[in-house]
Amino acid sequence: MRVAAAFAAGLLFAVGLGIAGMTDANKVIGFLDVSRGWDPSLGLVMAGAIGVHLPLYRWIVRREQPLYAEAFDLPTRRDITPRLVAGAALFGAGWALAGYCPGPALVSALAGKGTAVLFVLSTTIGMVLWQMLESRGEVPAPATSDG
Amino acid sequence: MIHDFTPVSAVVGGALIGLSASLLLLTTGKVAGISGIWGGLVQPMSLMRVPIGGEVSWRIAFLGGLAVGALALLLVSPGVFADPATRSTWAVIGAGLLVGVGTRMGTGCTSGHGVCGLSRFSVRSLVAVLTFMAVGFALATTIGWLAGGVL
Repeated sequence: MRVAAAFAAGLLFAVGLGIAGMTDANKVIGFLDVSRGWDPSLGLVMAGAIGVHLPLYRWIVRREQPLYAEAFDLPTRRDITPRLVAGAALFGAGWALAGYCPGPALVSALAGKGTAVLFVLSTTIGMVLWQMLESRGEVPAPATSDG
Repeated sequence: MIHDFTPVSAVVGGALIGLSASLLLLTTGKVAGISGIWGGLVQPMSLMRVPIGGEVSWRIAFLGGLAVGALALLLVSPGVFADPATRSTWAVIGAGLLVGVGTRMGTGCTSGHGVCGLSRFSVRSLVAVLTFMAVGFALATTIGWLAGGVL
């Protein structure tokens, strides 16, 4: 059931991204580029998502456990670190360059969009690079992630 | 000047994303942070370890859902997909590397920090969101201003 539920969540997520227009990289760039013709839509996508998830989150975590798992697996870190800021900055830069972030890129790649596929490949390489640095102890690994 | 604003579909799509995150949390207890879901799959493979069964299967299932969702969108409304028209192959490759490193280094992305983290009132996520938004706006706008948006 856990697997079926995760599948359903993924399906809903993809459809939401598509309806929101987030699988259109040009539309995302249209939000981040304010030099001409600003498209505020992405802001409303965030607002809609948080508007639904915030109250549901508070209700859900009052439970002792999830429906099909033993415990919630929520991020526990609270420290603001240079790595958090640097990582977010790098992510923001990549996002502005391609108009893709992980979710929309995966959905678009799965729909066969060639540039998205390329982006997914290089993102995966980037992730592997970072994880290799971590596993070799060149960068100490964090206790847990925020997702 | 405001262009191409699609407020209704943006809110509706966003609501579905929020619903998806809530569904995932309620049923599996997991956070719908796509970079984390993705990174968690890359990790066992990149380190050549046997995948930890419990942590892999739900991720694969989520990706499967993304795939079927992508297919549904293709069938019903293929126009929702568009690659960036003004960005070169090199820009996209570089962008992917930045996103791959950055989301792991910064432990999250727009869904993990933006949707889920902010909903939890996480200060870490707020800092991350403010940072990636600021850099995102600055870089995209600079490219737009200096190069007419073409890179």
